[in-house]
Amino acid sequence: MEKLRYTPFHERTSALCQPQNWRRWAGYFVVGSYELTIDREYWAIRNAAALIDVTPLMKYMIKGKDAANLLHRVTTRDIHKMSVGQVYYTGWCDDEGKLIDDGTVARMDETTFRLTAAEPNIRWLMMNAVGLDVEISEVSDSVASLSLQGPNSRVVLNRVCESDLDGLKYFRLIKNKLGGVEVTISRTGYTGDLGYEIWMDAKDAIKVWDVLMEAGQDYGITPVGILALDMARVEAGLFMLDVDYTSSGHAWIESQKSSPFELGLDWTVALDKPGYFVGRKALEKEKHEGSAWKMVGIEIDWVGMEQLYAEVGLPPQIPGTAIRASMPILVGNVQVGYASTASWSPLLKKYIALAHLQKPYYELGTDVRMEITVEHQRKHAPAKVVKLPFYEPEWKKK
Amino acid sequence: MTNNNYDAIIIGGGHNGLVAAAYLARAGKKVVVLERRHMVGGATITEEIIPGFKFTEFSYVVSLLRPEIIRDLKLPQHGLKILPLPSTFTPMDNGDYIAGWDDHDTTRREIYRHSPKDAEAYDEYGRRMARLAKAIKPILGMLPPDPTSLSPKDLMGLLKLGQFASTLTEKELYGLSKIMTQSAADMLEEWFETDALLGTKSASGIIGTFLGPRSPSTAYVLLHHYMGEIDGAFRAWGFAKGGTGGIAESIASSARAFGAEIRLNATVKQVIVKGGRAVGVALENGDEIYAKAVLSSADPFVTFLKLVDQKYLPDDLTHSIKKFRTRGSSGKVNIALSELPKFTALPDSNVLHRGAVSISPSIDYIERAYDDAKYGRFAKEPYVDMIFPSMIDPDMAPPGKHVMSCFVQYAPYDIEGGWDDTKREAFGEAVISTIERYAPNIRRAIIGKQVLTPLDIESISGITGGNIFHGELLLHQLFFMRPATKWSGFRTPIKGYYLAGSGAHPGGGIMGSPGKFAAELALKDGI
Ligand SMILES: Cc1cc2nc3c(=O)[nH]c(=O)nc-3n(C[C@H](O)[C@H](O)[C@H](O)COP(=O)(O)OP(=O)(O)OC[C@H]3O[C@@H](n4cnc5c(N)ncnc54)[C@H](O)[C@@H]3O)c2cc1C
Repeated sequence: MEKLRYTPFHERTSALCQPQNWRRWAGYFVVGSYELTIDREYWAIRNAAALIDVTPLMKYMIKGKDAANLLHRVTTRDIHKMSVGQVYYTGWCDDEGKLIDDGTVARMDETTFRLTAAEPNIRWLMMNAVGLDVEISEVSDSVASLSLQGPNSRVVLNRVCESDLDGLKYFRLIKNKLGGVEVTISRTGYTGDLGYEIWMDAKDAIKVWDVLMEAGQDYGITPVGILALDMARVEAGLFMLDVDYTSSGHAWIESQKSSPFELGLDWTVALDKPGYFVGRKALEKEKHEGSAWKMVGIEIDWVGMEQLYAEVGLPPQIPGTAIRASMPILVGNVQVGYASTASWSPLLKKYIALAHLQKPYYELGTDVRMEITVEHQRKHAPAKVVKLPFYEPEWKKK
Repeated sequence: MTNNNYDAIIIGGGHNGLVAAAYLARAGKKVVVLERRHMVGGATITEEIIPGFKFTEFSYVVSLLRPEIIRDLKLPQHGLKILPLPSTFTPMDNGDYIAGWDDHDTTRREIYRHSPKDAEAYDEYGRRMARLAKAIKPILGMLPPDPTSLSPKDLMGLLKLGQFASTLTEKELYGLSKIMTQSAADMLEEWFETDALLGTKSASGIIGTFLGPRSPSTAYVLLHHYMGEIDGAFRAWGFAKGGTGGIAESIASSARAFGAEIRLNATVKQVIVKGGRAVGVALENGDEIYAKAVLSSADPFVTFLKLVDQKYLPDDLTHSIKKFRTRGSSGKVNIALSELPKFTALPDSNVLHRGAVSISPSIDYIERAYDDAKYGRFAKEPYVDMIFPSMIDPDMAPPGKHVMSCFVQYAPYDIEGGWDDTKREAFGEAVISTIERYAPNIRRAIIGKQVLTPLDIESISGITGGNIFHGELLLHQLFFMRPATKWSGFRTPIKGYYLAGSGAHPGGGIMGSPGKFAAELALKDGI
């Protein structure tokens, strides 16, 4: 009988998960938080080394003479420009140029790619592969993955990897041996900090976990759940499928769909690449005419918000985690958009949010107001449109 | 060549001086900070006294640093990170311990183990203190009201305070007025019965004072330290990345980015006054630097009695400053360790080493430590507040090794016969043997140490008397009386000369408010 799955790290993660705080992710159980308060987990990402089980990511191997052609056709990036060992972040669209999903493509060799996605995409890939010399296989269950994020992540990996990672550039990948186990390591992550993702055969998962935990002991390595990760990704200005946008495949109505431009992914849409790709026409048109919406960062003015709470005699009451909820955003008394994830940033000491705003309100510096509930009353806290990411340490790409 | 004409000179590159400089530079002013030492930070510095081991030399934890300053000066972009300090652990003489955690239920269970009554009181006490702190907290964020003046501006200030106090119930108001005069011990004993809990709680009432937990007016100090903890759920005590020197470095970096200049090894000898106005300063090396305003973040004694000619100041002010209580009573022992101390009460776990460890088994224990100091001796069995910075920020010590910061009370500045190397060594020894009683392996773990007496604090940081807060945080030295009645508003009798350090409102601790307020006032005065 089918049940929800445990990841191959479960034996370790379940022993460490004090609050029994489990979350579901793509049919797997993963740890929400390991400790009773998530502060230390959050700070491990920003100040030390956070070990995160990201196995539930969907993973596809795309192999064959036409592998690059397929991805060139499906995604918005210029895949033919990719060198072996390079990783691209990309989205992929339907014919109307609306985003289906997003993830990373890694070029393992000339004719082999690994694609990660948030949701199942094998059917979509196969439909687009008709007539192409390419083999698509799903490896979601057989490849385990760990994300090691934070300023100490490189030092820790260097202690246990056969070849050191000093030369591995941002969004590149290498084959390596970690504690004797064959792995690939990409310099990628979902935190906007220095960080790596380690891909291994599921049967080696526990070994790799143990080697890393041991090697990281004096470097502040900390198992981190997805709640702390959620805060870090908001600071990094990274959105999430089903939270910050709806896949065009799942949308009930047109207005639920988003184009890559509307999500601020302009830099991933290679309109200058040769040939056809899915959504090209619509994207060209949108580029030309301008987008009706844009995802931006907003910073809620703390003093202004404090004032709203002070009126009823309270200090500001916002949760210390990311909030996945839709919060209306206004200019004057007119709603011009909504925030989809908000979070307290322990590092910036700011309340920040990813917001979707209509033209022309998405321009940097625009003064807006976000709806908050103060003691059961709707109030509107002053906020400002700011540049994403909210936080980007200099060592992220160095 | 540096031009020696500025809009503002800041004397002292402690965190307040740097905050003042950053705010002035941000407003477009040409600013120079003059610091007598070879490094910035004053009482917030980190130094590698033993190679590889970074000591957060004086101050070690932070909670009061104003979030608006962090935001205004973009300190996170300049490296500031305040890491959580999740627990407090107090070993007891019977081999047990009591701990406070960052989780409410766990803390409640832990206290319940010792006293079901205390576990319940703990909740109520926390709420009461938070409400009181909230009621009076707005004063930290505004210029001090002067009740003796009737100017509309000050009156508004008082009303503002009154408005917040009006959120309190009558019982709480009564409680508040009691707290203003009570001893920490009297107040706490109304709530709790467990000795180690009482000892640990009472300790925040005596930090930086030359008083014991049974001395009147220490209850208020306790409340004062509570203020950092109430902005939502986010501002408990924390540890700054890189030690508190990391805070000073980030503010200095921000100030420079706004265009401020920082000169090190630049000791100010005197403020130059012309026509009743401060117009510049003379350095020890003979240089003269001119500016429209001079802001001193040195302590009140240095600011008023050493740097300016007394003829410019009214007698009542000089008199008050001479009486301002700045006698140091605290010392610091910083230790490099080859291994973590193992507490007998908790042999198999390092989890509580990530938080504070407090040697405070009872109120009487601390009061006895104070008795030693009262009679001119350092405490043989002192109150010690320890943290292990390397457990919070692994970069503080080489891999596998640790650093330990011990804040110690009491060590009187005026020790009988004066401080010397032998007494310093004996003081360090008293601290180590105190810790050894609870963690017997400490001695063999020591790689090296730095012992700082109040005299050392004075000679290194320049703070007169070595008082950690530039003057005790007692009620009669706070608000509109800090540093002296009539002169609490950062301005001084000399036009263009401002007090911008911890000796000004709202007081000591790593907060930044005095520097910010003084800078804002100088801007308002049109420099
Ligand atoms: C041992 C100890 C432990 C402490 N622990 C904590 C703690 O854990 N948490 C907390 O919040 N607070 C703590 N404090 C208090 C806190 O550190 C101070 O209140 C605060 O750092 C003072 O900052 P400041 O800028 O006002 O003054 P300072 O830091 O004293 O800076 C004044 C600066 O002026 C310079 N100066 C003086 N005279 C001259 C001159 N003539 N010319 C040029 N420069 C001059 C000095 O060298 C110094 O750098 C502690 C203090 C000490 C000493």
